[in-house]
Amino acid sequence: MTDTMKMQLDGQEVSFTEGETVLEVARREGTFVPTLCWDERLDPYGSCRLCVVEVEGRRIPASSCTLEAEEGMVVRTGSDKLRKMQSTLVEMVLSENPGDECPRCRDIGTCEVHELAEQFDVGRERFLGAISNASKEDSNPFLLRDYDRCISCFRCVRICAEVEGDYAITMTGRGWNKGIATAFGGPLMGSECTLCGQCIYTCPTGALADKKMVGQGSIPGKVEETRSICPYCGTGCSINLHARDGKMIGVTPALDGPVNEGALCVKGQFGFDFVNSNDRLTMPLVRKEGQLTPVSWDEALDYTAQRFKSIRAEHGPKAFYAIASGRAPGEGAYMLQKFTRAVMNSNQVDNCSRA
Amino acid sequence: MSNSIPEIEDCPMMLCVGTNMTECHPIIALRVKKAVRKGAKLFVVDPRKIPLAELADGHLQIQLGSDVALFNAMAKVIIDEDLHDKEYVEQRTEGFEELKKHLESFTLEYAEEISGVPKDLIRECAIEYGSAERAGIYYTLGITEHICGVSNVQSLCNLALITGNLGKRSAGVNPLRGQNNIQGAGDAGALPNNYPGFQDVTSAENREKFEKAWGVPLDPDKGITKITALDHAVDGRLKAMWICGENTLVTDPDVKHTTKALESLDFFVVQDMFLTDTAQKAHVVFPAAAFTEVDGFFTNSDRRIQRIRKASDPPGEAKPDWWIIAEVAKRMESGVHFEYDSSREVFDELASVSPIYAGLDYDRIDSGELHWPVPDHDHPGTPVLHEGEFINGKGKLQLLDYVPPSENPDDEYPFYLTTGRRLPTYHTNTMTGRSEGFRILVPNEWLEIHPRDAEKLGFEDGDWARISSRRGDVTTRIAITRTSPVGTVFMSFAFPEETLTNNITNPDVDPITETPEFKVAAVAVERIDAPAGFSAEPALREGSGRDLPSHG
Ligand code: SF4
Ligand code: SF4
Ligand code: FES
Repeated sequence: MTDTMKMQLDGQEVSFTEGETVLEVARREGTFVPTLCWDERLDPYGSCRLCVVEVEGRRIPASSCTLEAEEGMVVRTGSDKLRKMQSTLVEMVLSENPGDECPRCRDIGTCEVHELAEQFDVGRERFLGAISNASKEDSNPFLLRDYDRCISCFRCVRICAEVEGDYAITMTGRGWNKGIATAFGGPLMGSECTLCGQCIYTCPTGALADKKMVGQGSIPGKVEETRSICPYCGTGCSINLHARDGKMIGVTPALDGPVNEGALCVKGQFGFDFVNSNDRLTMPLVRKEGQLTPVSWDEALDYTAQRFKSIRAEHGPKAFYAIASGRAPGEGAYMLQKFTRAVMNSNQVDNCSRA
Repeated sequence: MSNSIPEIEDCPMMLCVGTNMTECHPIIALRVKKAVRKGAKLFVVDPRKIPLAELADGHLQIQLGSDVALFNAMAKVIIDEDLHDKEYVEQRTEGFEELKKHLESFTLEYAEEISGVPKDLIRECAIEYGSAERAGIYYTLGITEHICGVSNVQSLCNLALITGNLGKRSAGVNPLRGQNNIQGAGDAGALPNNYPGFQDVTSAENREKFEKAWGVPLDPDKGITKITALDHAVDGRLKAMWICGENTLVTDPDVKHTTKALESLDFFVVQDMFLTDTAQKAHVVFPAAAFTEVDGFFTNSDRRIQRIRKASDPPGEAKPDWWIIAEVAKRMESGVHFEYDSSREVFDELASVSPIYAGLDYDRIDSGELHWPVPDHDHPGTPVLHEGEFINGKGKLQLLDYVPPSENPDDEYPFYLTTGRRLPTYHTNTMTGRSEGFRILVPNEWLEIHPRDAEKLGFEDGDWARISSRRGDVTTRIAITRTSPVGTVFMSFAFPEETLTNNITNPDVDPITETPEFKVAAVAVERIDAPAGFSAEPALREGSGRDLPSHG
């Protein structure tokens, strides 16, 4: 029976279900196991080795993200030996990601690599000089690509293939020349890339980042995340809205969104400039002598109510018509039909589904 | 949708009809791609070589508007080959014998002649669909934006009914909604024939219920559709209009007619985030808050009710839609309850009058797991509709005839024009157009034309053209591509300031839904010199424009 399976984690007996990896069990139990190439949306990959644990009966430590839990398994995390391995790994990775000039950390917020460096308290001195790969130029409007900072975790390649199904980027080369490129090595905009931006949100370093977020990190103030739904199509993908001081600054996919499971398309990821657009309407307008003129709410509301009243009195309920939005929240649609039916006394209401 | 989106990935046979899914519903397309990777069969029915067709086992590249002929022929194959689900047909449908008889004339040869799809391919698709253990149909506007939109949908329903594919997981008949909350707006009662929850306004019982809820007598007659409303504005029967968040002037077919309608009104109110073309015609414009600035709900394509939440502050004095409407209502002194403190209270009232939302409140829709109907607070929601039985008893099989498009190419207007959407633009672009990045991706409109037609007309890629129909003309650039078949050209309607595509589209409507025939119009295309005043961008950006449909 699946629910009775047990293993030992750092001396504690814990239960697990069939198919769970040791990493999943550990995270569920609240045990700290660092990872880099792992992302909950992706199949486990096992390339960074940062998630190593000791398993009784095995000579060398194993990557917990690819290791399936087994009945009676005895696992230890975080021994001195493991911590030393992990901190060496972080140091190596760090050598490709000089912290003092990471644009991602500076402008957007700390990247996973530099968070780990902090946790393991390591610097980059030991491996300095071993920076791999190149290719900074990319003319696309959304994605910052700086593969100098690539640590070859291939999370971007995998998310592009496994989550987005686009297969726009692949792995090229070997060793220090290893890197990520589009199928023909060209810019993203000439490739199969749909600019969905999901690679930048899985990238644990500053190799891929959101061009729009650049500059945001240096502004003081707490960034609040609010769960919402993308307004761009009937799919209904879950997103997190990022705002500071009441102003929208960006969007990330909600990893547990029931429809999208952490995926988004280009519109959902990048289509939010309109909210902050400076041609948003900020005041009610009433036409006066032919011109739409800003007025107070009271004036606009009173005038509207009075005009509707007199038109109903003069021409009857059927002289009025209301069209609800198919994009705005449903409470507005409910109110508009109630207004039409109960106040104007007709069923002259529709939404925009016919056209 | 009769079934939920996540179920798609376990569907072993998918029939995608008139849906450019990878561009219009990319995240639904992901589930389709996943299913294909798991070994599912995929058949695409679309006049254009859309990217989804590249993944398909078969692409039925049909003539515009020939759907009924095709699907009737498929139904005939399924019955002739004895692949129909006899038990289901017997227990849950009616009219099978009549249908069988009606389909006699829909031979493969006939369907091939009308639709242009090779008969072997029609047969293969029918047999795969008929023999699959579960088969799902997915469609969008390609099916409904026709004068015969209702017949098109019914011909698909016939297929699902005779094969028992309505009322089980990973199957069904699934319209994918274009706008994020078009489902929610209908659910909430913004329809001329239904109260909230699709309760018929002509039923005395329903009317009494709402008269009691709202405390006023209500109109027993159903209202007119918005398409008819525009006609009534022109002829003077309609004097006042209130439009929330819709750029009617740009979205409706035949712009001249719409302009005239709106200009005829004595009093016109628009509620929007921006001063759209439509708002510019208004007497009063209310500034609306954006979705990031309010609490509320969206109901998506698969009837899933989800929460949106306020994250940022509206600019200036912009307000939530519900607040604005309540404030006007209060000032009408009708005695009807319009005192609400929050959107939550509005939602609770909706749930109290709509049986399909009866079991919902903001707490229950918090995680977005529930699909309506949710009749009570313990109900787990309904991801699959029609399990066990249909609401109205038996599923009626429909006897449908093929009706050709209302406008067909002739000497004067020799091409079919069809319209659609391109991935990085949304509707009339009032939202995506304000994002610089999207302007770079799709800088402007263009007309897609097949190389053979281009050659005939002496066009080079990027040339300028005037496209005219019986209603008007527009100017745009040419992109030579094999995406559309010979004789059919394609445009979107995202750049109204330069290219008002609906100047030329066809306003003829389906007699039942009054949905206009956006998908088919006859047009002429002629070469012209570069006009002044258009943006200097080339029609297509290097290396991606022409192929844009295949990767956005
Ligand atoms: S933006 Fe999306 S499609 Fe493009 S490379 Fe990244 S994950 Fe792939
Ligand atoms: S992210 Fe894309 S697919 Fe998802 S709801 Fe938004 S527009 Fe639709
Ligand atoms: S996280 Fe396990 S090997 Fe990278």
